Amino acid sequence: MGSAGGVGGSGVIYEVFRQERKGQAFQHAGSIGAPNLEFAEVYAREQYGRRQESTALWLVPRDAIDELDDFVDELGRTYHRVDGYSLKAKLKEARERAAARSG
Amino acid sequence: MNEQLLEAADDELVVGWRDSEWTGIAPLLEEDVAFSSIAQNEIGHARALYELAARDLGTTADELAFDRAPGEYRCSTLVALRLVPDWARTIARRYLYEQADERRLAALKASDDPEVAGLAAKIDREEAYHRMHAQMWFDRLQDEPRFLEALEKLRPLVDDRGEQPPGLAELWEEMTSVRRSVAGATW
Repeated sequence: MGSAGGVGGSGVIYEVFRQERKGQAFQHAGSIGAPNLEFAEVYAREQYGRRQESTALWLVPRDAIDELDDFVDELGRTYHRVDGYSLKAKLKEARERAAARSG
Repeated sequence: MNEQLLEAADDELVVGWRDSEWTGIAPLLEEDVAFSSIAQNEIGHARALYELAARDLGTTADELAFDRAPGEYRCSTLVALRLVPDWARTIARRYLYEQADERRLAALKASDDPEVAGLAAKIDREEAYHRMHAQMWFDRLQDEPRFLEALEKLRPLVDDRGEQPPGLAELWEEMTSVRRSVAGATW
C-alpha cells in the first residue's frame, strides 16, 4: 500500500463525530479523507449532516487523537471490574433451564 | 411559467446526467461520493420541476423527461457538454451552473404561484450544499491556469439556448434508449 506519489492523495483523515439531538453525547460516525479542512467540512456535511440526521458534527484530524490501549489485566482479577459479573448471561442460562424444564 | 419550469428541469436533468458520468472515476473517492450525490440531487430536482410543469400541460414527468425529441429540450449549451475526463472544466461548469441556478431559483421563489415558489425554496435548500461544494473547489483551483481558462471558455455558454446544444443528440440517444427499447412498454 505505497503512496502514489501524492497524486490525488486524500491528505488528512478526519474522524467524524455526530450529535443526533441537542444535549446528547457525540458519537463516532465514521471518517472522511480530504485534502484540507474546507473539503472535509463539505464532505462531512454531505455524508453525515444534510439529511437532518445530525444537529452538530465534530471533525477531528486522526493524528490529533491520542489513543491508549495498553490495558493489561495482569492478574486476571475480573471480580474487580464492574462487568466481572454478568447478570445477563446468568439470566439467559436461567431462562434456558426453565424452558428446558417446562418443555 | 411552464417555459421557465421546463428550461430549469431540462438543465437539471442534463447536468445531472453529465455529472453522473463521473461516478466511479472522480479524482478522490470522497469526492466521488459527494459528486454522485449532487448529480442525483439535480435529477431529483428535474423530476419535481417536470411534475409541476406536467400538471398544467396534461402530461407526465416521465413523458416530459424522456419522450420529447432532442430538438424540444431547452437546456443550455453549458450543461449538455460532455466533459469527462476534464476535471478542471467539470468544476468550472459546476461553479458557473450553481451561480446561474441561484439566480433562477431566486426568481422562481418570488413567483405568484405558491407551488412554484414552494418548490423553488425547497430546491434552494439543497442547492446551498452544492454551492458550498462548488465554492470549495473554486477556492482550491482559483490559481490554476487550466481552471481559469475553463471558466472563461464556458461562461458565455451558461445562457446559450439558441441552437440545439452540441452533444445533446448523442446524450438523448443514450438517455432514452432503454425507455424506447421495448415498443409500447409502460415500465
